[in-house]
Amino acid sequence: MIPKLEVKGVSCSYHRMEGETLALSHIEFSMAPGEFLAVVGPSGCGKSTLLSLICGLLTPDKGKIFLDGEEVKRPGAGGHIGYMLQKDHLFEWRTILSNACLGPELSGSLTPKRKEEIAGMLSDYGLGSFLHSRPSELSGGMRQRAALIRTLAIKPDLLLLDEPFSALDYQTRLAVSDDISTIIRSANKTAILVTHDLSEAISIADRVLVLTKRPGQVKAIVPIRFESEKYGTASPLERRNLPEFAGYFNQLWKEIQTHE
Amino acid sequence: MSSAQLEYLVRQSRHRFVVRSGRILLFILFLALWEITAKLHFIDSFIFSSPSLILSCLWSMARDGSLFYHTGVTLFETLLSFFLVIAISLGTALLLWSNQTLFEVIEPFLVMLNSLPKSALAPILIVWLGNRTRTIVVAAVSVALFGAILTLYTGFSQINSDKVKLIYSLGGSKKDVLLKVLLPASVPLIISSMKVNAGLCLVGVIIGEFLSSKAGLGFLIIYSSQVFQMTLMVTSIVILCGVSVVIYQGITLLERRLIRK
Repeated sequence: MIPKLEVKGVSCSYHRMEGETLALSHIEFSMAPGEFLAVVGPSGCGKSTLLSLICGLLTPDKGKIFLDGEEVKRPGAGGHIGYMLQKDHLFEWRTILSNACLGPELSGSLTPKRKEEIAGMLSDYGLGSFLHSRPSELSGGMRQRAALIRTLAIKPDLLLLDEPFSALDYQTRLAVSDDISTIIRSANKTAILVTHDLSEAISIADRVLVLTKRPGQVKAIVPIRFESEKYGTASPLERRNLPEFAGYFNQLWKEIQTHE
Repeated sequence: MSSAQLEYLVRQSRHRFVVRSGRILLFILFLALWEITAKLHFIDSFIFSSPSLILSCLWSMARDGSLFYHTGVTLFETLLSFFLVIAISLGTALLLWSNQTLFEVIEPFLVMLNSLPKSALAPILIVWLGNRTRTIVVAAVSVALFGAILTLYTGFSQINSDKVKLIYSLGGSKKDVLLKVLLPASVPLIISSMKVNAGLCLVGVIIGEFLSSKAGLGFLIIYSSQVFQMTLMVTSIVILCGVSVVIYQGITLLERRLIRK
């Protein structure tokens, strides 16, 4: 089976007058379709750079990235990759519906039928009565859900989530990560979540990739398995109460702390 | 509605009433004081004029049509230079936004032109362009233009880079960044720049009319100072106040329509 995503020997550096900074060094991993991968690591280790590379917004200095066996060359890989940022960046001059329709609008594929489908998605996730509201009328959690629908509206094969919950307060954060993981799992999307919160990573992901500090290298890839999940994945909130949770937390904590 | 809410509303409307009537009262008091002191010869109405003299001057100017003629000339010149400033500054700022190198090349020249007192240019413009309307318009445009370009460019370059990243990640182009992010996000900036520019254009037009013209409110002010008709001079200034209020209100109206439909 062709992996959904293959990252092969990717290195990337930033260039400034003061010199060159190696951000990522020889990153290699692959993902199966429908898999949820979390990327953790100390701040400044190049987590966001990794997502920008996968999304094609940056070009690696060395190595290649393949989506469904095809090399990623242009931003968003022609609508196959959806990228969700830390802040929702909903445009205040647009309604929620027209914000969510931005992707298809840019690719010129926004038909009235598609618009109706997107309105349906918004309604499914509790934003039905806010279709024609402005972003400022919504709470932080609702805005982040609207931003997710905007990302899903382009029907991406791969979702990249760059700390999408970190701007929210703790309570909203738990609720929204629950919602969003449910949405992504029910749509059976392959997704990569970048986070600095270990418990968030364990509560959502199938595997956790640990990066070293700069230059970021793959320190370990830890599969997350819960005994009670034989009959389907538990929600992030449920997972936090499962017996294995603390063990994974300690394991990841050690991986991040120890330097080679 | 609870009684506390009702009380709050009453308090608010009373507050608004006090502010409004205070403004009107202050204005009437000022006019009355002026009129009375002039009538009682505490001040010389030949030098300081008086509200009644100004009113009768306005009336006679309205009857012989000179009121509308001179106001119209100044208004036309101001609006023409205003629209030129908006168009040229917007176009230039967009060009500079799309070409960072070009901006870095011309930045020092822009800053220099912006800090140059534009009234110093007026005499040279008269020599180059002659004693006519286009000189006044060029003078007015030069007063506002360079600052407007710098303000707009600075605003454009401060657009959140993640919003730009979002457009690119959704497969958009630089044109989409311009049309979907930059311009809509800059509407408040453009409006506030318009407010500043309208005032500056009026300044430029009056400077221009002082130096070279046969019509307009600036001409009337200079002319009346030369023939020592202080009432005509003060009347022209009063009309000028009216013109600037009308222009400012026009832009405020536009702002209300554009921001939040």
